[in-house]
Amino acid sequence: MDSRFDADSESGENRRSETGVPPKASIAALFWTFFRIGAFTIGGGYVMVPLIQRDIVERRGWIDKDSFVDVLAIAQTAPGPLAVNTAVYVGYMLRGVWGAMASTAGCILPSIIIILVVAALFDQISSFSYVQAAFAGIRPAVVVLIVSAAIKIGRPVVRSRVELALAAAAMVLVAFVRVSPALVVTAAALYGLFAPSVSGNGGSDA
Amino acid sequence: MILLNLYLSFAKVGLFTFGGGYAMLPLIESEIIHGRGWLTVREFTDIVAIAEVTPGPIAVNSATFVGYRLAGVLGGIMATLGVVTPSVVIVLALAMLAKRFENSIGLARVKSGMRPAVVGLIAAAALTVARVALVDLKSMMIAAVAALLVFKVKLDPIVVLAVSGLLGAIIFS
Repeated sequence: MDSRFDADSESGENRRSETGVPPKASIAALFWTFFRIGAFTIGGGYVMVPLIQRDIVERRGWIDKDSFVDVLAIAQTAPGPLAVNTAVYVGYMLRGVWGAMASTAGCILPSIIIILVVAALFDQISSFSYVQAAFAGIRPAVVVLIVSAAIKIGRPVVRSRVELALAAAAMVLVAFVRVSPALVVTAAALYGLFAPSVSGNGGSDA
Repeated sequence: MILLNLYLSFAKVGLFTFGGGYAMLPLIESEIIHGRGWLTVREFTDIVAIAEVTPGPIAVNSATFVGYRLAGVLGGIMATLGVVTPSVVIVLALAMLAKRFENSIGLARVKSGMRPAVVGLIAAAALTVARVALVDLKSMMIAAVAALLVFKVKLDPIVVLAVSGLLGAIIFS
């Protein structure tokens, strides 16, 4: 279980868990997992990427690595907060519409509770410098966590030169040219659909 | 009435937010401040600051806060439901579509193009956060410690966030 990364790096496209059947997620487990993720999504939705990766892909094994990338693609193409979009999609994949409702509720509940408390105590907290100092410390760690997520997610996905070029182009367009991520994902999807081959096997997963 | 208006206004904000919470801030500004006159710019700035330093998606945080300010706890809940409704509906529709075409070659090709782009987007997010996070020697030291904890010690991301928050509270205050 511990060699979660290197063990299956050879198996190529068709990467299901050993048995081929992902473990069943209960509605309650979905709710609590996303509650935990929501409570720690600090400093923008992307922090949630390593958290979800750890909880749902590695620890619980609810979805495999390739599907996780697809979830992220949809989450970035649809409007709305990344965290909420991801919760909806993962919940739906695992337990249908009710699963989507449970994971969404779990994901937004910590925010609602915390913000209501903060709003009620607004004047005291805005001058509370330890809180701001703590968040100044969290932000650099967020950068590291996102980089580590990019590496983990990227390793099985970016294997050919074309894939590397696509990833690099997407990064530059979004980070420096400020193109909307939704546009970039859509363009990349169209490229995959119409270009001869991206992954070297005709783009087929089967 | 105010509750319904809060719901509708924030549903509009949720519907037109692409690319993460920060993209939503100008929309809130035009809809809530200039459109509805519900908040002053000054109040809005405070809300953004709070939304940034509290856990949860910034879109959800701002919605809860604005709603609470205007109509109490129920207002906070209605605004939040409003901001997530478009996401839930649209993502569910996309998920159903993806499931329907699960085994199509077309979808496999679409995915083959999207997957590398997503990796690029995550890298872009790291760069964007780095610009505001890595501003001095202290913040870079915290990043170095975090890198050690993540890549060598292989700690849980949540523990890494907690440790760096503690470091920040000690170093920056």
